Amino acid sequence: MMKKQAVIVGGGPAGLAAALRLKEKGIQDILILEREKVLGGILRQCIHDGFGLTRFGESLSGPEYAQRFIDKVLDAGIECITDCTVLDITPEKLVTAASREQGLLQIQADAVLLTMGCRERTRGALATPGTRPAGVYTAGVAQNYINLQNIMVGHEVVILGSGDIGLIMARRMTLEGAHVQGVYEVQPYPSGLPRNIEQCLNDYNIPLHLSHTVVDIRGRERLTSVVVAQCDERYRPIPGTEEEIPCDTLILSVGLIPENELSLAAGVELDARTRGAFVDEHCQTGVPGVFAAGNVLHVHDLVDFVSLEAEALANSAAEYLLKGSLPECRLEVKAGNNVGHVIPQRISGTRDFTLSLRVRQPLSNVSIVVRQGEKEVLRKKMRKALPAEMIQLPIKAEKLSDSADMEVYVE
Amino acid sequence: MKRTFTCIVCPNGCEIETGYEGSQVLSITGNLCPKGKTYVTQELVDPRRTIATSVRVTGGTLPLVSVRLTNAIPKDRIFDVMAEINRQTLAAPVKIGDVVIKNILGLDSDVIVTKNIEKA
Repeated sequence: MMKKQAVIVGGGPAGLAAALRLKEKGIQDILILEREKVLGGILRQCIHDGFGLTRFGESLSGPEYAQRFIDKVLDAGIECITDCTVLDITPEKLVTAASREQGLLQIQADAVLLTMGCRERTRGALATPGTRPAGVYTAGVAQNYINLQNIMVGHEVVILGSGDIGLIMARRMTLEGAHVQGVYEVQPYPSGLPRNIEQCLNDYNIPLHLSHTVVDIRGRERLTSVVVAQCDERYRPIPGTEEEIPCDTLILSVGLIPENELSLAAGVELDARTRGAFVDEHCQTGVPGVFAAGNVLHVHDLVDFVSLEAEALANSAAEYLLKGSLPECRLEVKAGNNVGHVIPQRISGTRDFTLSLRVRQPLSNVSIVVRQGEKEVLRKKMRKALPAEMIQLPIKAEKLSDSADMEVYVE
Repeated sequence: MKRTFTCIVCPNGCEIETGYEGSQVLSITGNLCPKGKTYVTQELVDPRRTIATSVRVTGGTLPLVSVRLTNAIPKDRIFDVMAEINRQTLAAPVKIGDVVIKNILGLDSDVIVTKNIEKA
């Protein structure tokens, strides 16, 4: 059995950034386990630009952004095993993995870093009625086919859901000669970023139909049409508004779910709101020495912030490895009025940390208020706040009390 | 004249209210930084975009390599540029930064490789 100080599960943006920071902090004995044949994670197929604006001050494609980290990881001599699937993690941090080259691996880790990312919600999760023809893809699968495998998925396209990957794929398929008839979103507001509505839909005259959904999928071998309908405020289709749209391809961009099967095996408790782990300000889960960051913790909009979060995780994990423990976090952080979720969910009240949150609905001219009992820790005015945009607030230790739970709400 | 722009320069996606006369910006509110004003001014006279796509690769570990433009091109030339890029084929290995087409269609923008592809 191998022993490692830190085992990193997943060699995408979060895992790569965490590995580098651990090394910088003096941790020598690091192992990255990656399921795919190469490092880089989902960035390999995100060929559009706009990555790295925060971190590098320039607009890079996904593969370029990833390669900057991969080069450094390899230069630093950090050990990586690719084409290797982690099968199990125990609460005692025994990691079991299967690799074609090395067979079954068992690694006893002092710290486990969960950086597995997220996966897409599928048709099954929506329970959309209809037949089961070919031609129904999630946006990420279509992106993989088109950008990595040179397989065009279809010609007449309807997109359900206005998540960012769906918007990016609307533009991508249009550039590749497909006709995207429209994007249908069940909510009365888009779930993707405003700039993607602008540069992926408006630039190409692709209509966005809010408060609409797909109510039937038709076709035997291949998709031949979908039926869309308008929805009421409780997302129920309104009878009489149905419209049949002939098409050969339906792309689903209906949400991302943190991939936490291994976290559960390790005894990590999940937050029903984020679908990721409950963590403290050290990105530490309820299991000591098991940490989580990036999309496996909560789904981000921007990779730049995934890298930053993973680096913060690594700072804490290094401290844990060097000192044997981290300051206890007894105070709860609660999501109050109009706040969908918060990360972290527990703090010590004695250290700086970054609070991440999303609002529940589009709001304008509001304040985000962070409070501990009677004490207002922070108040941030926002001209507009959208569920599509994660809000991050740096919180300073000197503003904090170490004895009162925290509440975050919109006023 | 009045028009609302969604700035695409960065993920903030500022909603910018603009009053203008021809190509002259008279009033501007909502932009968090000066890049918003530059964007709106450009958008009024000559809207430009970058694009990213892929090029066929022979003899590599993947059949395609991703590429992008180094400078924005006029929005109405996007499909001309796509057609020109689609004529290309590269032989592995290729690496990030390799220039596929210099100064594409005379538009003062290069097409560069954005991924390393090894020989298979």
